[in-house]
Amino acid sequence: MVMDRGIIGVLALQGAFAEHISILHKLDVSAREVRTVNDLDGLDGLIIPGGESTVIGKMAVSYRLFDALRTLGQTGFPIWGTCAGLIFLAKDVGRAQPVLGLMDITVERNAFGRQADSFEQKISIPAVTACLGEKNDSPFPAVFIRAPVVTAVGPEVHILATLPDGKIVAVQQGNLLGTAFHPELTNDRRLHAYFLRMIRDK
Amino acid sequence: MTIKKQSFTLKAGLAQMLKGGVIMDVVTAEQAKIAEEAGACAVMALERVPSDIRAQGGVARMSDPDLIKGIMEAVTIPVMAKCRIGHFVEAQILEALGVDYIDESEVLTPADEQNHIDKQAFNVPFVCGCRNLGEALRRIGEGAAMMRTKGEAGTGNVVEAVRHARSVLGEIRRLTTMTRDEMMAYAKDIQAPYELVVQTARLKRLPVVNFAAGGIATPADAALMMQLGVDGVFVGSGIFKSSDPARRAKAIVEAVIHYRDPHKLAAISAGLGEAMPGLELATIPESQKMAKRGW
Repeated sequence: MVMDRGIIGVLALQGAFAEHISILHKLDVSAREVRTVNDLDGLDGLIIPGGESTVIGKMAVSYRLFDALRTLGQTGFPIWGTCAGLIFLAKDVGRAQPVLGLMDITVERNAFGRQADSFEQKISIPAVTACLGEKNDSPFPAVFIRAPVVTAVGPEVHILATLPDGKIVAVQQGNLLGTAFHPELTNDRRLHAYFLRMIRDK
Repeated sequence: MTIKKQSFTLKAGLAQMLKGGVIMDVVTAEQAKIAEEAGACAVMALERVPSDIRAQGGVARMSDPDLIKGIMEAVTIPVMAKCRIGHFVEAQILEALGVDYIDESEVLTPADEQNHIDKQAFNVPFVCGCRNLGEALRRIGEGAAMMRTKGEAGTGNVVEAVRHARSVLGEIRRLTTMTRDEMMAYAKDIQAPYELVVQTARLKRLPVVNFAAGGIATPADAALMMQLGVDGVFVGSGIFKSSDPARRAKAIVEAVIHYRDPHKLAAISAGLGEAMPGLELATIPESQKMAKRGW
């Protein structure tokens, strides 16, 4: 899927930003590491990668990215957060750490436990497969590493995916997308393609 | 749908989430909180920092489980802990405690002078030290899901960290110029598993995340290692043996993010107080060099 002239930023304060950039390149999309406010100029969308949400939050505050990201998110700019990125987008994470508060969701960090409780599971995301025009709803490989879950959503938030026990692991609120798992650690590029579609259809 | 746990994807994946970050040695829950507050992406629980191990001598072992549990309760970021090379029972204990990563570390006194731990037999992921590509690929062959170049721990002197990173990364660059038929002889030369040699050549990097360790004491040291091409840094004695640990810790975190921006590095490096006192490598007897441990 090729976009006209699009450039996607990947927040590069800490975490698996190189993995996202590598997938974007495979989709023939230009990508840029974002470390400062200036790096946000001219972007069509932003991915906040997996990593440690405490580090990403603190460093976004230190380098004044925090306010710029908040303003962008509030004005319709497409942002997708994976794992730590989802935490960073949330309104409430149940503890004192810098979060953008853009998505009307409550997130529980390390909801499954420590690394010993990390897991891989195939999940179905019907809204994404339908949007990409797939006839059958083939499941996505989802990698959960010390992963969060969404424990409550506001009225404007669409739940895109849940685990069999009902835990919410993918959400969308207009221009904002959040996944508790790591599509950047798999060869399945459909969520990236979906995010690019969100940007195109904005 | 079926749930898969403890796969290599999950083990190596946690290390991928630590990239671009700083992992800090801590000996108390209090230090762990300072490290988390400063922006550490993980902490390494140990009983004594390497410079104290070096100064006090004696056998250095796995930490008291109570201390590790205290650190795990104090912070929300991943907690790593060290076991001795080859001491698979210390590793079993650390796994039972539920630590997020085990460092089979040359900083502690080796328990086995021939064999490392069979890391594939564990559910918890391991990080190991290396001085060159052969050593790195042997450890990965044993199941390590993350590497770190060794440097010389507890010295506050970055020279060995540079030597080992240049060695690993330089050997990978040479490997990428080889034809397939040269790789078996190369694998034999560096005593590394052939399949991992081929995989490294194809990826043009180690098959797992690779941090630098051993002697990093300043923001400039950290940025130097990042520019050389590592994925992140471990800081041991460099933080809590300096005059203002919280400030220095935060500065090193910032230096790893802005490692290519000299203007930012100048601001980050200013007014941090005294770095830890450093050691000239030539003053350390060969028998006390930690990097030589590992086979």
